Amino acid sequence: MLKYLETTTDDTTTDVHLSKLSRRGFLGIAGAFTLAAYGGRAEAFETYKTGAAAMPRGIVDDPLVFVSIDSDGTVTLVAHRSEMGTGIRSSIPMVIADEMEADWARVTIVQAPGDEPKYGNQDTDGSRSMRHHIQAARRMGGAVRTMLARAAADGWGIDPADVTVEMHQVKAPDGRILGFGELAETAMAQPVPSHEEIAYKTDAEFRYMGKGEVQITDLRDITTGAAVYGADVMLEGMKTALIARPPVVGGKAKSFDASKALEVPGVVAVHELPYGGLAQKFAPLGGIAVVADNTWAATKGRDALEIEWEAGPHGDYSSTQFMEEMKATAEKPGSVARDKGDIEDAFAKAARTFGQTYTQAHMAHIPMEPPAAVAHYTGDALEIWAPVQSPYTARLDTAKALGLDPEQVRMNVTLLGGGFGRKSKADYVTEAALLSREVGAPVRVQWTREDDVRHSFYHTTSAERIEVALDDAGQVTGWRHRSVAPSIKSTFAPDDGLPMPLEQGMGMTDLPFDIANIRCESGKAMAHTRIGWFRSVSNVPHAWAVGSFVGELAHELGRDQRQMWLDLIGAPRVMDPTADGLPEDFWNYGEPMQEFPIETGRLAEVLNRAADGIGYGRNLPEGEGIGLAVHRSFVSYVGCAARVKLVDGRITVPEMHLAIDCGFAANPERIESQMQGAAVMGMTLALHSGITYENGAVVQSNFYDYDVVRSDNYPRNVVTHIVEHPFSVHATGVGEPGVPPVAPALANALFAATGTRRRSLPMGAQV
Amino acid sequence: MVKIILNGTETEVGDDPSMPLLWAIRDLTGATGTKYGCGVGLCGACTVHVDGKAERSCQFTVGDAEGREVTSIEGLDPSGDHRLQAAWRELNVPQCGFCQAGQIMQAASLLAENPKPTDDEILSAMSNNVCRCGCYQRIVAAVRLASTGS
Ligand code: FES
Ligand code: FES
Repeated sequence: MLKYLETTTDDTTTDVHLSKLSRRGFLGIAGAFTLAAYGGRAEAFETYKTGAAAMPRGIVDDPLVFVSIDSDGTVTLVAHRSEMGTGIRSSIPMVIADEMEADWARVTIVQAPGDEPKYGNQDTDGSRSMRHHIQAARRMGGAVRTMLARAAADGWGIDPADVTVEMHQVKAPDGRILGFGELAETAMAQPVPSHEEIAYKTDAEFRYMGKGEVQITDLRDITTGAAVYGADVMLEGMKTALIARPPVVGGKAKSFDASKALEVPGVVAVHELPYGGLAQKFAPLGGIAVVADNTWAATKGRDALEIEWEAGPHGDYSSTQFMEEMKATAEKPGSVARDKGDIEDAFAKAARTFGQTYTQAHMAHIPMEPPAAVAHYTGDALEIWAPVQSPYTARLDTAKALGLDPEQVRMNVTLLGGGFGRKSKADYVTEAALLSREVGAPVRVQWTREDDVRHSFYHTTSAERIEVALDDAGQVTGWRHRSVAPSIKSTFAPDDGLPMPLEQGMGMTDLPFDIANIRCESGKAMAHTRIGWFRSVSNVPHAWAVGSFVGELAHELGRDQRQMWLDLIGAPRVMDPTADGLPEDFWNYGEPMQEFPIETGRLAEVLNRAADGIGYGRNLPEGEGIGLAVHRSFVSYVGCAARVKLVDGRITVPEMHLAIDCGFAANPERIESQMQGAAVMGMTLALHSGITYENGAVVQSNFYDYDVVRSDNYPRNVVTHIVEHPFSVHATGVGEPGVPPVAPALANALFAATGTRRRSLPMGAQV
Repeated sequence: MVKIILNGTETEVGDDPSMPLLWAIRDLTGATGTKYGCGVGLCGACTVHVDGKAERSCQFTVGDAEGREVTSIEGLDPSGDHRLQAAWRELNVPQCGFCQAGQIMQAASLLAENPKPTDDEILSAMSNNVCRCGCYQRIVAAVRLASTGS
């Protein structure tokens, strides 16, 4: 029996259930409490500005859009962010449910399609879902609770202030009780109260927030195989397509012969797709598509294609040669991005200088689920099901590619089997839509792992040169960082070889060190492949360079690693954009500096927590060492302390402590799982992951030569320390900030263990 | 027509014996819990049991499976409450979840052969099941929980 994805046609017309099975998990709840409906406790939740309003189509906080209540009491909450493993599909609804006093066991979550005019911004990236939406979620939950109380009070003819709302029930002082279901109709017809009218919970009254006891809504389905990912959508008459894409970006088929492919039983059509290249946003690369009855026939058909490719303008790209060029560029002055004090003077007066260069290869995200999408074009409408991080962007881009009005396109979001930034770029969705139109049937496009490794939007490659001026006492008087890396900009517009402020702001221009003279420069590097954001983005190469350099400097000066970090960070202070010489166009992850400043005390705190946690300073056996690194990214602070142990020349990590300060920790259990994941991804990119190019084409193809950390050698015993804060300390980011400090901490640990210093990512698993 | 016994039911899986079991299960029977992750036997996302033993369904043809008992995640336990599935839920193992059916099937085969594996035995049995999200610590803990109750 094939199962067909159901589209609900009830009130929340546009929402899709990601499984037909019940999705409710076990719930352990802390002690119950009662809550007056309202009494002017708006001060329990002081609102603050975030960058959310500046995102395309901003924030929607209308409870009538996100919350509905059935007469049986079922509360249906809309998740409008994409679920790729962070738990956000559960965590934001959890915030609504908490403030609403809904019983989580009676909450159903439906996934919003790509519809930003209705739901507000849906770009699930930048570690900003909780940062941008926690306030809206509290407002909506609080509003519905108030509406329920008012509806009950109206019916009872009493003052709403005397009503209490608790766990799906509304109670009168005389003991009368109404359930949410009984009140559903009258409550949802109440006017939506303003912020000031809502009696918000105090932190002590949170039932789910900050507890980590709510389980992800898809947990049961994931463990039984019922969860629906991109390739799991089955439509009647659906065909499957595999595409042979040009090996070099911007290349084309000079000629091709499809006759053998068409002879393969089950192959129904072969189509040439329009070609893409650089500066074409997320447009597909083009190529020859084989459409078949099933994946195996499509695979055999694609293998049988005879294609002569023409490389196009990037056929000479060699990553080895490019790296040498970038390293040479990093030796020379570049365009100045941050200039604090007088760097020339600092170097002129230096007693001595010390410098090193660090490099990083391109990387591919390789989410466990390779890209896949299902599209059904019916002439005047197009319906899509796909794992996408930015469903509305995917909808607009695909509508444009097919010459449709966006209103004709419905973009359903499935679960994502990992994203890491890859699935923000929905070229695979457009491919499926074009092919569905060509063949007049629903089409699933399936990327193979080889396709994914070879035709991605790659993490940039970089060379980072850091040099310091030192005085007689060994104090750092000047810090110069030259970064050379092709920019993401090249994916959107013709390239000028220089980065954007947002790339520079990720770990270079925001250097939080207390040094009198700082200069950050960017050198030119033109892109020769599609560059796209990868989890943590430019923080990866920048933190790699800065963190490794701090370790090297400590050694050079004969100082302790931890003391070196703390000396450079200096006394606790809030960075002052003017006095610290931050650039005018400084990018603080899109957040206002007043609300999300750079606080060095928080940086030192997470470093100390990680270092104390691992027992930094203790005696270790021969062949073992501890390395430290700390980094602020996505307005969160993460310290990493890693212990490396060499086993038969192989780098192993018996222990790693990650300490995170992400402001108010809304869902600590998922924060811990993100830190554990960051430890693994950080170790993977430190030891294994490098994409290289020869003659313009990616050399690697699958897990053979693009390996990842596995259970035979993963960071064992990852311990997460979460700095506790009240709600008033703004929630920041969680998905990405764990990754950047891991690789430099490992490099510093390797050095402590063996005296071997590695300066290139990936550094290799063997010593 | 090639026939296999899929989750206890005799099931037709086309007439191309060279088709990998993975695609037969997914495309022809619609049981999509078994995942494609690499197609070359290196990730374990496609793990099923053939006659009770863990196999990579991307590397196992329907011809080789003809007439044999094939179990996918959907058939591991009639109610979805195998002790491994329960342990996975108790420890909140998954992140994106995509690898987890394969992880559970691999672990189930291990426990069937070796009900009380040591940590090293767990690690080595699970070492070809990739989790890109990095849930290894919890995966190992969940296998241990299912096998020892703690
Ligand atoms: S898909 Fe079979 S092992 Fe990866
Ligand atoms: S949970 Fe995402 S790959 Fe394992």
